Order: sequence, then C-alpha cells, then structure tokens
Amino acid sequence: MVESIVRGFFERVGRGVTARMWQLGYGARFLFYLVLHSGTALRRFRITLREVYYAGVLSLVIILVSGLFVGMVLGLQGYETLQRFGASESLGVLVALSLVRELGPVVAGLLFASRAGSAITAEIGLMKATEQISAMEMMAVDPIARVVAPRFWGGVISMPLLAALFSAMGIFGGYIVGVELIGIDRGAFWSQMQAAVDVREDILNGVIKSVVFGLAVSWIAVFEGYDAAPTAEGVSRATTRTVVTSSLAILALDFVLTALMFTGGNAR
Amino acid sequence: MSNAVVEIENVSFGYQSGQRVLHEVSMRVPRGGLVGIMGQSGCGKTTLLRIIGAARLPGEGSARVLGVLTSELDGDALYALRRKMGMLFQFGALFTDMSVYDNVAFQMREHTGLSEELIHDLVMMKLQAVGLRGVARRMPSELSGGMARRVALARAIALDPQLMLYDEPFTGLDPISFGVIARLIRSLNDSLGATSIIVSHDVKEALEIVDYCYFVADGRIVAEGAPDAVRHSGEPFVEQFVHGKADGPVPFHYRAPAYAADLELESA
Repeated sequence: MVESIVRGFFERVGRGVTARMWQLGYGARFLFYLVLHSGTALRRFRITLREVYYAGVLSLVIILVSGLFVGMVLGLQGYETLQRFGASESLGVLVALSLVRELGPVVAGLLFASRAGSAITAEIGLMKATEQISAMEMMAVDPIARVVAPRFWGGVISMPLLAALFSAMGIFGGYIVGVELIGIDRGAFWSQMQAAVDVREDILNGVIKSVVFGLAVSWIAVFEGYDAAPTAEGVSRATTRTVVTSSLAILALDFVLTALMFTGGNAR
Repeated sequence: MSNAVVEIENVSFGYQSGQRVLHEVSMRVPRGGLVGIMGQSGCGKTTLLRIIGAARLPGEGSARVLGVLTSELDGDALYALRRKMGMLFQFGALFTDMSVYDNVAFQMREHTGLSEELIHDLVMMKLQAVGLRGVARRMPSELSGGMARRVALARAIALDPQLMLYDEPFTGLDPISFGVIARLIRSLNDSLGATSIIVSHDVKEALEIVDYCYFVADGRIVAEGAPDAVRHSGEPFVEQFVHGKADGPVPFHYRAPAYAADLELESA
C-alpha cells in the first residue's frame, strides 16, 4: 500500500520532469530552426518592422506611464530615506541607478511579457487554430520563416528600446517629485547623477539585461504560440503560460545576470 | 506515361495514437477531372486529402502526386510540389492580419519576382473571377462566410495550380453562396484546365458537380463511380448517405452498454 503510493509519487514526478525536459529540448530546437530561417525576416525587413510596431510602438503607452509612476514613487521613497542621513541631494543617483540597473529592464520586461508577449502567443495560436499556418504550408511558404521569425525579431528589437524609454521616463518622474515638488537643488540632482552613473558598469549592464529579457520573452511567446493546441482552450492556456513563464524567466535571469555582473563596488 | 494526376495505391495510414484511419485505399484522379471524396465526418477523407497534399505520408502503400512519390520528397522538393497545388480550407483560412488584396497577392509576392503593378493586375483578375473585386481593400473580418470562402478560392488559384484540393468547401454556407461556390469550382476547373479533388459530406450537392466520386466509410472505399451510376447503385451505404437516412449500415446508435444498464433499471 505505502509502497505503491510512494512509487506512484515518484512516477508522477518522473513523468513531469521528463515532459518538461522534452519540452525544453523541443523549444531549443525550435529556437535553433527559427534563427537558421531568419533570412526572410531580416532581408525583407519591412515584415519585421511591422512587428516592431505591434510589439514595441503599441506598448509605448503602458511602458511610459508605468515608468513615470515608478520614477515618481522612487522619488518619494528615496527622499524619505535619504533625508534622514542628510543625503537628499543624492536622490538623482538613487533614482537613476535603481532604474538603469534593475527596475528599467525588469519592470519593462514584465510589462512587455504581459502586453506584447501574450499578444504574440495568442496571434500565432489563433493562426494555427484557424488553419492559417497549415494554409501557409500548403502554399509552400515556411510559417516559421514568414510568421514566427519576424515576430521574434520584432520583440527582440523592441524590448531594449522600451526598457531604455522606461528608465528615461522614470528618471523624469523622479525629477518631477524630487526637484519640482519637494524642492531638492536641481543642479545637485543632475550633476550627482552624472558623476555617479557609469556608462559601462551601469548603463551597459542594464542594456545587456534588457536584451537578454527581450530574447527570453520573445522566444517563449513565439514558441508557446506555435506549440499551442489548436483550440480556444489551447490558445488561452498558451497565453497564460507565456505570461507566467516569461515573468519567472525574467526574475530568475535577472538574479543570474546581476550575480555575474556583481563587483562589490570594486570595479571603479 | 500515365494520364493520372493523383495515384493512390493500397494506402494505409494510422496516427500516433495507434488508431488506424485508412485501410488499403486505392484511387486515381485523371488529368482535368473533378473528383469527389465523400463520407461521414471522421471517416478518414480529410486524412486522405492530407496524404494527397503531402502533409502526411502514407504508412503503407504509395501516393504519387503530379508524377512524384510523396514519400521520396525532401523539404525543397515538397515545396516545389506544393507550388503546383492550391488548397481551399474548410473555413477559408484567410490571413486575418492582411487585407483581401494582400491575401490574394501573398503567394505572388512570396514565390515570384513580379512587380507590384503586375501583381495588382493579377490580383484584380483573380478577384474578378470570384466576383469580389469590390472588396479588395476589406479585411477578412469584414466579410461574410461565403465571401471569405470565395476570397480564399481566389487566393488558392493565385498561381494557377495544376491540382486543386477542396476541404469541405460547402460547410456552413447559405444556399446562394453554396451555389456560387459550386459553380465556381466547376468553372475554375474547366477554365484553368486544372484537376480538382473535393472532400465533402454534402453529398447531394457535391454529386451535382463532380465527374466521378469515391465513397469512404471507416477508412475504406465502399463505392465509386460516376454520379448517376452511384445514385442508382443500390449500395446500402450510399443509399443511406445520399438520402440522409438515420439508420442503415451506419447505425444511429454509437456503441454503448445496454440502455437498461445505463439507466440502472436492472443490476448490470
């Protein structure tokens, strides 16, 4: 009795793990094939540009508004803490570093996954459910090259730009709260920021993060869409999986990347 | 040199689930012919169409389409074969992110180096053939079901295919659209000099336009012949099918335990 329960448990775990590994391998092969067949997407760049519009330009509102509010909150919270140590003039540094190194890539990535990633998955999944993908295959056009690759590269291009705009908007939000509302010295706010933010250590590392997140989210989104069961339920499940998996991937990758980039302040 | 465009010989096929869908099916479609494959939903006729379209390979037996054995095709040869085929999907499968015009122009842009001016003229000619030049600028979501099917037909004949495949072309159409589609299939077949295969369960209607037909039941061909001969063949399955009788060789009741047992009227 006990033995069979234990065995059942291990069997279930084993099956789950095998299925995940299989899925991961399938996803990796899918990515490999996709990159190999990206010729069309890059040569006929208009097709990809169209996806940059859908994934990037249409995400602008949510990214800019969120960036502004995150920056304004950073301004308020940062001032609250800094003024206890008489360092309220360093507010610009705090806002800029938090955004450029962490919040910009991570929050923009999470928003990108839920706004653009879900849309990509749903669109590809529905194209599959309504036989548009099969129709394309019957017309001797490779759907991975024509449908999937442009969406993937569109996402990869959009994500770093969105993260940069998010950070810029956040710094502007911090400025509004810190300088215009609270009344910190404007010169100190900007000059301390300029002195403390390093192009390589801070900005480049932030850009690397946003590129990695862009790759991860776009990959997950196109794969889930292409792998979706061709039914209404299948597409809705795939869309949910895209948002959940992308979010977890962003947070996990963020930790890994931060750990790799961490210098303990010795770099300068 | 045989005159047949499609030759299926002793093809058996089963999906991965182990369920066998086709049993030793043989059929022959002559050049210029309009042939119907008819049978109930789930009898294997769509699978047969997929084998002809080289989307599936026969498990046993051989399928020769336009002179080549589908089992011997590699990726490029498969696409080369498909460029000579057109397929009309059950619900049209129009690309929902493109206008009617771009849908019809899709294959011309993908496969030919034609100038946009020439493509424009060709698209208008194809749309004229299905009577829908007036909706060229609309999106697929703004079309009725019958119109979408006609646009899909215009798209399928974009590159003047030698072989046209129709997957349930009549499903869900009102009587007028239905007549229009049926007439179009017949006239396109004759004017393009193409060979056509129609898979349908709308038997009465399909029998009006085909030259020859095959009846499929349970993965086997149970009857074949010219429409008139088939109508009066007296074959019990055809009789039941053509006249839509509820009971006959195909029983009304799906296999089930005894009715009384299910209602718990007696101890089973």
